[in-house]
Formats: sequence, C-alpha cells, structure tokens
Amino acid sequence: MKKGYYGQWGGAFIPEVLQATFAELNRAYEAARQDAGFWQEYVDFMANYSCRPTPLTYAENLSRHFGGAQIYIKREDLNHTGAHKANNVMGQGLLVRRMGKSRVIAETGAGQHGMATATMAARFGFACTIYMGAEDVARQRPNVFWMEKLGAKVVSVEDGARTLKDAMNEAFRDWVTSMDNTHYVIGTVCGPHPFPEMVAWFQSIIGQEARKQVLGQHGKLPARVYACVGGGSNAMGIFQGFMDNAAVELVGVEAGGLGLASGRHAVRMLEGCGSSPGVAQGYKTLFLQDSDGQMQDTHSIAAGLDYVGISPILAHLGETGRVRFCAATDTEVIEALSLVMRLEGIIPAMESAHAFVQAFKEAPQLPKDEAIIINMSGRGDKDIFTIAQAFQDPSWQDFIIELAAQYQSAKQGREVGQ
Amino acid sequence: MNRLEADLKERLRHKPILLMTHLILGYPSFEVNREVIRRMAENGVDCIELQIPFSEPIADGPVILKAGQESLAHGTRVEDCLRFGQEMAKNWPQVHFLFMSYYNILYQYGERAFLERCRDIGFCGNIIADLPPEEGASYIAISRELGLSPIPFFTPTSTNARLQEMATHGEGFVYCVARRGVTGKHTAIDATLSDYLARCRRATSLPLAVGFGISSRDDVRQLTGKADMAVIGTATIKLVDAQGPAAVGPYIAALLQG
Repeated sequence: MKKGYYGQWGGAFIPEVLQATFAELNRAYEAARQDAGFWQEYVDFMANYSCRPTPLTYAENLSRHFGGAQIYIKREDLNHTGAHKANNVMGQGLLVRRMGKSRVIAETGAGQHGMATATMAARFGFACTIYMGAEDVARQRPNVFWMEKLGAKVVSVEDGARTLKDAMNEAFRDWVTSMDNTHYVIGTVCGPHPFPEMVAWFQSIIGQEARKQVLGQHGKLPARVYACVGGGSNAMGIFQGFMDNAAVELVGVEAGGLGLASGRHAVRMLEGCGSSPGVAQGYKTLFLQDSDGQMQDTHSIAAGLDYVGISPILAHLGETGRVRFCAATDTEVIEALSLVMRLEGIIPAMESAHAFVQAFKEAPQLPKDEAIIINMSGRGDKDIFTIAQAFQDPSWQDFIIELAAQYQSAKQGREVGQ
Repeated sequence: MNRLEADLKERLRHKPILLMTHLILGYPSFEVNREVIRRMAENGVDCIELQIPFSEPIADGPVILKAGQESLAHGTRVEDCLRFGQEMAKNWPQVHFLFMSYYNILYQYGERAFLERCRDIGFCGNIIADLPPEEGASYIAISRELGLSPIPFFTPTSTNARLQEMATHGEGFVYCVARRGVTGKHTAIDATLSDYLARCRRATSLPLAVGFGISSRDDVRQLTGKADMAVIGTATIKLVDAQGPAAVGPYIAALLQG
C-alpha cells in the first residue's frame, strides 16, 4: 500500500509550498520512530510531568447498576491538562525540540488540544499561537482564559462555519508562511501524512497501558472497548492496545447531535448519515459534504466531536469491520453524564460521555465475567459553563446573573470615575 | 510542447511579458464576473484563471477566502461555474481560460468527467492548489490525454531537484509562487526573488508565470525578463470591490504600459 494510506483513505494533499516542510517532518518522525531511546524519553517525560500511567478504574457501582459486564474506565481525565490530548502534544513537543524549531501553532475545537499545546509550549519554551473557531471561543471561554494565561496567543477564527475545521484551515495558512521556524501540532489522527500515523503512535500509550492494566485487574482481555470519535485520536490511542486480538470488539461512538434524521449531527460512519469520500484539509476520508464537495455544518453538544471528517485510519477500520461505529445523541449524553457523576463520583467530558452512552446500552447484555473498557478521554468539570448550560441548572444561572451584575456595576463605577 | 505552451511562446515573440488575471466565480456575482472578464479580454490579457470556490481553501488569503465564502453563501454551484466558463471561452477565443480550485471539486464531479468537460467547453487546463504530483498521477495523465495542461507549482522552498521533478509533471506553463504564505500580501521584487526565478528558469523550458502579491505596473515591469507571465490575483478583486468592474480596463491597460 502507498505510504500514508489506509485502504483508500489518507494521503498528503498539501500545497507545494509545504512539500519541503513535510519532507523534513517525515525524516524527523521516521528517525524518532526508529530510535527506541525517543519512545523511552517520551514515556519517562509523561510519567514525570503528566501523571502517566493513568489508572484503569473499576466502576463497581455502574457495573452493579447495569448487572452485566464489569465496567472499567480508562482515566485520561487524570492526564495533565485534563484530557488525552496532552499525550500527542508532548510527543510532538519532543520532536519539535529535535527539529530545532522555536514556535508551535495548533487548531482547537473544545479547547483541550489548545490547552495542551499552550502547556507544552510553556514547558519547552516555544512561542505559541492557537487558532480557535469563534463559535468555540464563545462556548469554551475558560479554556481561552487558560491558554492566554499560559502565554499563548489565541486567534478567534471568524471564517466559514467558525468551528474546528475553520481553525484548522487558518493554522495551515499560518504554516505556509512560517514553516521555517514553526511546527503545526495537529491535534488529531487526521490531516496529511505523517500526522494520522504519528498522532496515533503517541496516543498508543493509552492502549499499551490499558491492556496491561486490564490483564492485571480482570485477568483477561475485555470483550469490548468503547471510545468517542471526533477526529479519532483517543479512540485510535486505546484501540491500538487491542487491535491484534480479534475477540476484542472495538466500538467507536460518534456525535449523533439532534439525531441522524435531523441532519444536525457529526456522524460520518453510519448508514444514512450523508457522508461521502472527499479530499480536504490535506487528506482523503469520509466527509460530511454536499454533492459539489463543499463541506457542511456539523453539530454536536461536544465541541471536540463537532468535525466534518474522520481519521483515515478509522475510516479504513470501519470499512474492514474491525471497528464498529454507533452514535449517541446530545440528550443521551446528558443522561449518561448524570449517571456517571452520581454513581461513581467521576465527571466525564461531554465528548467522553458519548462512549459511556453506548457502553451503557450494551453492558446489560454481556455476561458478568466479561469486562468492557470505556475510554474517558477527558474530564468534564473544566467545561462547567457548557455542562451547566446543557443541564439548564437554575442555581448556576442565578450565580452567573449575580456575578455579571457585579462586573457590570464595577465597570460602570470605573467609567464614572474616569 | 502542447498547444498552450506553444501559443504562449509565440505571444512572447511579440510582447515582453504576458498577463494572467484571476477572479472568483460568483463573486460578487456572475454578472460582474462577465463585465470584469470583458474588460480584461479587451485589454489584452493572455490567460484568465477562474477560481471555483471551495469551502476549505487552505492556500488562500483573507480577500479570496471571503470572496469564495460569499459566493458559496449566495448559492454558487460547480455546474454554474462550468456553464459560465463555457460562455466565456466561447466569447473570448483569444484568451486562454483555466480553472483554479482545490482537488475535492474535481474529485466530487469525477476526475475524468470534470476534465472532459473542461476540454469540451474550450478550457486549456487547471491549477489545483492542493494536488501534489504524488497524489495527482491520474489527474496529470488524463489531462495530458485530453490535451489539457495540468499546471505545476514551483515555490521558493523547493530544492532544485524538486523544481526539475515538478516540471516533468506539468504542461503549458509553471505557476511560480513568488513567496511563502497565502495569496494577497505584497511581494517584494528583490534579489532573493530574482535568484529564485533564475533557479526556476534553469529547471524547465516551460514558460514561467509568477504570482502571489503582484499588483502594480512596477511589479510587472520588474518581472519582465525574469519571468514570462505576471499573475494578478487579489489586486483585481480588491479593485472591483472598491471601484466596480469599469475600473478593471484602465488598470489592466496601465499594467502593460512599460
């Protein structure tokens, strides 16, 4: 198969001006991959800086509640910066240091990848610019606050649908100007080769740990592994730990939004979702697009899943049947989130809650001696504004109204004083 | 040597430098496009690239980006672009027309079907911003088979070996990107650019078109002798936005007054 292709998907559809940059990146990546010392450096760094390995938590109460398979949760929420995103970012940071570049840029949707990149830049001493769709800036304000405090410049992207894909386009535009000193830290297993392969490699640390942990705790491999799929990086991360064991079923859960029939979703892999093969943002995959090839607006309650394309690796694994795809709707996500909080005292990100939805549907049908793993890709408490909004929580709304009134009167006081 | 290359070389026997202009189809409207093209053609433009808007234009700067978005927002379809292109090629036989776009537009239409349509409506080739030869083997082969020019890109970041390789995958002329970055920002015509264009010249016998940030008579004059064709892109879009299509005629005429 052609390098950078997974079945018919993948490739590197890049403007010629980036050809030399990609050649350099490919060389640096291949060299790191051949160097066992690099992976060890990465694992050591993640252990010391990022709390790895993250635990595999046995969810005793949820297991009892559903009365079927034993439920285990891989706790990427406990990774530094609160999500699996840091794995890829720190790995690319080590690579950037090897390449001798001094600046990093990134796109971000939910803000997790931007946060992780800003953190990495601070740690490694790189200049940093984060591109974020204006719509996401509005719904993920706390992450913007932290990125700026960490020293990154956050650019709100007002073009297109003003979400993740538009942030990605804008990052590409920066990169074609700045590639001499700048590396583009793509946050997911998408984009031109080598990004899908490289990001999957850094994220494979999740699956390596989870495999060892489940064998230790449960005594055998799990029956099924669940992960939410936006671009697909957390899913690829955990799936790789079990890819070679055909008996372990791998389940990817996409953002069903308001339901497939509504057209307001971000589902690319299910019958009737309306996706088709296409080429955009540097790679070939299934995109949500119209018959002319123009990308369409997507919707999800979770900004991190609100994306038109899907990893070419996952598109291929879906096509071959190795990964089974399902979707969870916004409403189901809120229900699952409530249940996990009340029964386990754990707060999943809304992205991760998609994986819980499907696991909860299937757990009761599995025997008690089987295990399932849910990849909890990130923590939800950081998303308090979005989650409180989704819950329509009255006491939170009162709090915001009061706080806003305080800010308002303080501002008026300053203006009067001037 | 294909027909486009031969004709450009023939024109160069009578003119010091050729001119290629650009516009976004459906922006601000096909009616204005029609007016603008008439003025371009009447003032002696040699080639015109008609950009079919795409929702994810990663190589374009803010002006073209916004123009493309606006065109899509008021409903421009690929079929409208092809029909309009057909009308233009018929009206202005002395001008070489090319489509500029991103690969997904061809891919959705069907690569062969799109290229056959280009041939049938009298177009001479395509400029595809995100299709390197490593991914474009069938596009290049079908274009050649149909007598169309797949325009290759040279960039300042390319090694000499890469320039030579790119030239073997192209026909008609080479689009030399004058600098790093996206479309629209001004390019300084300096020693660095001259050295780069000299490298381009050594790499191929195809005519060299130079674009990205070329906008004034001075720019065109300074390119004369170093390149074969100046490409005016964002500048005419800005001009039409500010002064309307009537300003295009005098602007083009002035560009060519050495």
